[in-house]
Amino acid sequence: MADATIRQGAAAADVSIAVKADARIAREPAALPAAANADPAVIASGVDVVRGGTCVLGGVDVTIRAGSRTFILGANGAGKSTLLRVLHGIVDPTRGAVTWGQSSTRPRGHAMVFQRPVLLRRSAAGNIRHALALYGVRGRVADERIRDALTSVGLSDLAERPARVLSGGEQQRLALARAWALKPAVLFLDEPTASLDPPSTRAVEAIVENIHRIGTTIVMTTHQLAQAKRLATDVILLADGRVAEQTAAEMFFREPRSAYGRAFLEGERL
Amino acid sequence: MDTISQSFALAVSMVAHLEPRLTQIVALSLAVSLSSTLCSALVGLPLGAAVAIARFPGRGPLIVALTAAMGLPPVVVGLVVYLLLSRAGPLGQFGLLFTPPAMVIAQTLLIVPIVAALTRQIVEDAWLEYREQLRSLDASWLQSTLTLLWDTRFSLLTVLLAAFGRAAAEVGAVIIVGGNIDGVTRVMTTAIALETSKGDLPLALALGVMLMSLVLAVNIGAHLTRQWARARFG
Repeated sequence: MADATIRQGAAAADVSIAVKADARIAREPAALPAAANADPAVIASGVDVVRGGTCVLGGVDVTIRAGSRTFILGANGAGKSTLLRVLHGIVDPTRGAVTWGQSSTRPRGHAMVFQRPVLLRRSAAGNIRHALALYGVRGRVADERIRDALTSVGLSDLAERPARVLSGGEQQRLALARAWALKPAVLFLDEPTASLDPPSTRAVEAIVENIHRIGTTIVMTTHQLAQAKRLATDVILLADGRVAEQTAAEMFFREPRSAYGRAFLEGERL
Repeated sequence: MDTISQSFALAVSMVAHLEPRLTQIVALSLAVSLSSTLCSALVGLPLGAAVAIARFPGRGPLIVALTAAMGLPPVVVGLVVYLLLSRAGPLGQFGLLFTPPAMVIAQTLLIVPIVAALTRQIVEDAWLEYREQLRSLDASWLQSTLTLLWDTRFSLLTVLLAAFGRAAAEVGAVIIVGGNIDGVTRVMTTAIALETSKGDLPLALALGVMLMSLVLAVNIGAHLTRQWARARFG
């Protein structure tokens, strides 16, 4: 009972810190890391994905700017998650090509956080250790990265707690810590806050902001336009598996160029 | 009725005093069944995991064959192993027939399909859950397999306990390839069959009590392991 109370208190403190960090970030202009104007991080050219005879994505051409926070928006079934997986390289396109920097081979320096965190039956630290081991990071270096990552997401007190008994918000923060420890050049997030309460959502957003601050390109899908307004620098709007619009976030929310974009924002306002 | 109750009392006395004749048979039974369980784990766990993760032509029929082989008749397995190990058989030169290793081989053949088929099911369920994460982490085929085997270890331990139970309770195959030789290849199940036919009910009952206790202990162990793992690891 006492343990539960302490844990709740610690979690609330973590969330409070995270929310404060987020509030500070929100007041600042959307400053991009130095890499913002460098080569594109990911380019998809003429990508089609066909599953069971159904075209999930059709003729998709998108470019992810290095250092950007690109949000993929669209209605249910628009193909957001599929596009995210294609860009990450874990779903192969039926036609078309994806390049990462100058390479057509998926690089190791990318990570992904899923809507429902996939955590192994190990401790919180053990989950990060496993991911680092797959990347060949072991020993003291791994220990340091694990400690830093868990501290960064406010889970250092739960390092030895079994990952699967953590709350939903804690599990998602652990998934972010695992990604953080890998020091990814690009982090893909598939609706990471879809099943979280507002405090947990704000905590996750603050962590995403902090990961972006260290130079990681963020590519994220979301249903929450308010979240995209808060965080995005670039927006890709999908409609029935096709790109309706790719533009700067500020431009999109002020004056969408496509009719679908206008309708999408109008629908959100209703 | 008196004969049964007297036999039962004698059996309890034999178990309580750990009579050497009894303990020798139980020890050999445990050695043979544990060895065959270990061998089946070495073959069945990787085989089941490989079939769960890999996609190749003929995978479907292989899964059906593995599942069907779970019900292999022990006497048929015993007959096949007998033919392989007999003096005129392809492995006759090794002189294994009517030895404990022959019994281990027969029991292993019997329980490998159980271990492989159940491992395939358990690992495939985990693979469906972990696949995208492991691909995202750029895990190789071997790394994925090892991760899945480790993460499903408690379910797989239950599989191995079930396989051990099946091996320990088996009689048809080991009596054919072992020959039920006193002090050499006589195990609990074959001894029970023999002593019952001879009318030595106390020893048969005592062995029956030991065998039932063993099977019960295995099941309790499996149950407690599952409960502990669920509470510890979620």
